[in-house]
Amino acid sequence: MVRLLPVIEVLSVVIVMFALAMLLPLGVAFLYDDEARHAYGKAVAATFATGAALWIATRGNRAELQPRDGFLLVALVWTVVPAFATLPLLIHFPDLSFTDAYFETVAAVTTTGSTLLSGLDALPPSINFWRCELQWLGGMGIIVLAVAILPLLGVGGSQIMKAETPGPMKDTKLTPRITGTAKGLWLVYGIMTLACMLVYKAVGMTWFDAIVHSFSTLSLGGFSSHDQNFGFFNSPAIEAAAIFFMIIAGLNFGTHFLAFRRLSLAPYRSDPEAGAYLALLALSVLGIAAFLFINHVYPSFGTALRHSAFNVVSIATTTGFSSVNFDQWPIFAPVWMLFLCCFTACSGSTGGGIKMIRAELMVRQARRELMSIIHPRAYLPVKVSGQRVENNIIFAVLAFMLIWGGSVIAVTMLMAASGLDIVTAFSAAIVCITNTGPGLNQIGPATNYAVLNDFQTWVCTVAMLIGRLELFTLFIVVTPAFWRN
Amino acid sequence: MKIVILGAGQVGSTVAESLVSEANDITVVDVDGARLRNLQDRLDLRTVVGSAAHPSVLVQAGIEDCDLMIAVTQSDETNLVACRLAQQLFNVPTRIARLRATDYLTNERVLGPDCFDVNLAICPEQVLTDYIVKLVEFPEALQVLEFAHGKVSLVAVRAFQGGPLVGHPLKDLRKHIPSVDARIAAIFRGDSPILPEGDTVVQAGDEVFCLAATEDIRQVLRELRRMDKPVSRVMIAGGGNIGLRLARAVERDYSVKIIEFDKRRCEMLSTRLDRALVLQGDVTDEGLLETENVADMDLFVAVTNDDENNIMSCLLAKRMGARRVVALINRRSYVDLLQAGQIDIAISPAQATIGTLLAHVRRGHVTQVHSLRRGVAEALEAVVHGDHDSCRCIGRKIEEIDLPRGAAIGAIVRGDKVIMAHHDTVVQAEDHVIVFVTDKKLLPKVEKLFEVSVGFL
Repeated sequence: MVRLLPVIEVLSVVIVMFALAMLLPLGVAFLYDDEARHAYGKAVAATFATGAALWIATRGNRAELQPRDGFLLVALVWTVVPAFATLPLLIHFPDLSFTDAYFETVAAVTTTGSTLLSGLDALPPSINFWRCELQWLGGMGIIVLAVAILPLLGVGGSQIMKAETPGPMKDTKLTPRITGTAKGLWLVYGIMTLACMLVYKAVGMTWFDAIVHSFSTLSLGGFSSHDQNFGFFNSPAIEAAAIFFMIIAGLNFGTHFLAFRRLSLAPYRSDPEAGAYLALLALSVLGIAAFLFINHVYPSFGTALRHSAFNVVSIATTTGFSSVNFDQWPIFAPVWMLFLCCFTACSGSTGGGIKMIRAELMVRQARRELMSIIHPRAYLPVKVSGQRVENNIIFAVLAFMLIWGGSVIAVTMLMAASGLDIVTAFSAAIVCITNTGPGLNQIGPATNYAVLNDFQTWVCTVAMLIGRLELFTLFIVVTPAFWRN
Repeated sequence: MKIVILGAGQVGSTVAESLVSEANDITVVDVDGARLRNLQDRLDLRTVVGSAAHPSVLVQAGIEDCDLMIAVTQSDETNLVACRLAQQLFNVPTRIARLRATDYLTNERVLGPDCFDVNLAICPEQVLTDYIVKLVEFPEALQVLEFAHGKVSLVAVRAFQGGPLVGHPLKDLRKHIPSVDARIAAIFRGDSPILPEGDTVVQAGDEVFCLAATEDIRQVLRELRRMDKPVSRVMIAGGGNIGLRLARAVERDYSVKIIEFDKRRCEMLSTRLDRALVLQGDVTDEGLLETENVADMDLFVAVTNDDENNIMSCLLAKRMGARRVVALINRRSYVDLLQAGQIDIAISPAQATIGTLLAHVRRGHVTQVHSLRRGVAEALEAVVHGDHDSCRCIGRKIEEIDLPRGAAIGAIVRGDKVIMAHHDTVVQAEDHVIVFVTDKKLLPKVEKLFEVSVGFL
């Protein structure tokens, strides 16, 4: 039996906390004295009041949350929080529909980074800051943050964090207490964001650009304060810095955490995904650079390598930054990049998609099936880092792949049925479910999602949420069995 | 010598058996009274029932005035505790423990004086694994043994019809391989030893023991036997401790299949092994051997706990076409039945592992003992101390040393140098001398030779 009241109580606390997060852009608005200032005042007040009212109404219902409650809580947090996040946008742009604003904020917190807004350079700084801050919060996870700074979730917290953290195997705790783990992850995330910010400043960005871009880099989001995205800077140094930090953010933060605590690189060597992740990125970057050079897209191999490196890493890690309009490259290159974004990011990273570990498990499972035909009596365990992976995890991964594939097909069909061409529809399905951002054709890096009609926008919004919460969390809440005793 | 042996398992009883014949006072401790009765019926020794880690039991076993304690119970922890107690409470001068878990060996402080204080840690499974690994590396040899920290090796090969050695006198060996200094230490024809002379002629079926510097072993083997094609596929029957260790040792360089009956053990094996293929089934299941292509195997090693299974699976594998089969056989009577039959090599675990222990029991400065031919013969390495007057070897040519007939000095290691013994080689102080003894009865005489004479001290 799902107990609604305790869940709503926790939700109300998260909403109040979220209202506080809105104070940051308010400060930015005052600093730059921009016209969106009044919007934040109202938004903060409305959010805070709603949260507080909910809390008063449900207070006293505190109980240890069960895994089932956790799923509901996570699903609610991830659908309700973006709704409140739309307030500043709706107040500032009176013409913006709720559909579009909700798409924008969902794209932000899910770190997708696809936008409906144009003329980003002319927007008030506080709006751009708000979009990127949302990405940063969503990157490591709102619940993880709540567990880290609020002692309210207790033992059940680990179950709830599992519902939000991406990856198939979540039982390894980094510290004995779940709060310690959450704090550790956010600390590492914060330190890396700070480092990224300073590097961006050092290689030539303004302070404001450095801050918002470091937010969207470490969260693998992809929002920028410029219409031309990273093409605006046209600087190899900035691109190199971005590549470095995108690769960092695409690795498991649990591994970063261990590396920080032990001050050694050894955890990366024993990380089961890091090797394949880096190798795949390196091969793809070089391969696409060669492909572009051979097809005369760029006059020199150096230029081809520069653009290949930035855009391939950006799409493969599901960030979604772009420095050139890669949609114009010969079709193999962007399709390969779409393929990469499906599974390159590591579990426990801020990236989206199937995750490298699941891909590795699937490849090993496939090899096991082949081997067991040749040697029917052989014991062939699927192993990761020398550890045996239990069959139930393999089955869970298989089910995940099936639902994942089904979701991609369903979204593609809905988009195509509502009038989009198949390339746009398919790429939209992929980039929304993997939380990447720019797709191909009508939603390519040079354009934005404003071409979509309301129905398509809602399909994409749902797809982004499904992708960020890795399918099960959201699907389980809408199954009838979930609500039954 | 007064010796206390803790644990009357396979290792414990074999150790007791081989030490009791050398006139030692032996007490065996075990929790299982039936096992002890059985041992006491066969051998002239004392037994104590009780836990080997309890001080009162140790006192009862006469630990207070014993010279050597050998802790070989099933449990590593009991052995370690016993060693510590023996040192701290009873001042036992030499403490040997059997340790299976490699974890205890990785940090040397664990066995050091401030921790458990073990003089020598032995792991019979590891000794056997090393033995079989040598057979994988040198498929021509029956056995490869090392002396002086691996500087000198003793290889046993079986001469067979058409081989380069057969039908020629030994002195021709020098002509074949002029660059390598090797020495035939002994020849066994049937069960009787032949002390090799220059004009001894090797016959087909002889077991030839040859000493050479370790780096020359391959060349010597090539001369003794035409080179077999190197091993690339190995099948291991039995996934117990030895099977697992063996598979782990060779899975990197050879293609390995390992058969185990127990399903849970199979799961464990498949987790611990990276490349070896773990197969579930009966080692004597013809169908399984057939589908897994036993005919293509260069080496088939049967290392289950059961002698009969090992023998049967080896016979089966040999008949189905495996090139060379090796069986682990505990019972001495079985070994005698089979050696030189269809099974290429029968390994007796007890004999293979006892050498390390024997070195600590022997008088004189014996540093290494290898038991050969099921314990009938022995190759030992002794260090010569003293000077011309106090020792009966130093400053004398080998032909002048009063060795009993049936014993021969095969090689001398001086510093880093390996010298093959010739009749006029002069022994110096601190030399490591490798002696081949064809009959165990001669051992006391040989040991005496390497003792510093008491009168001098």
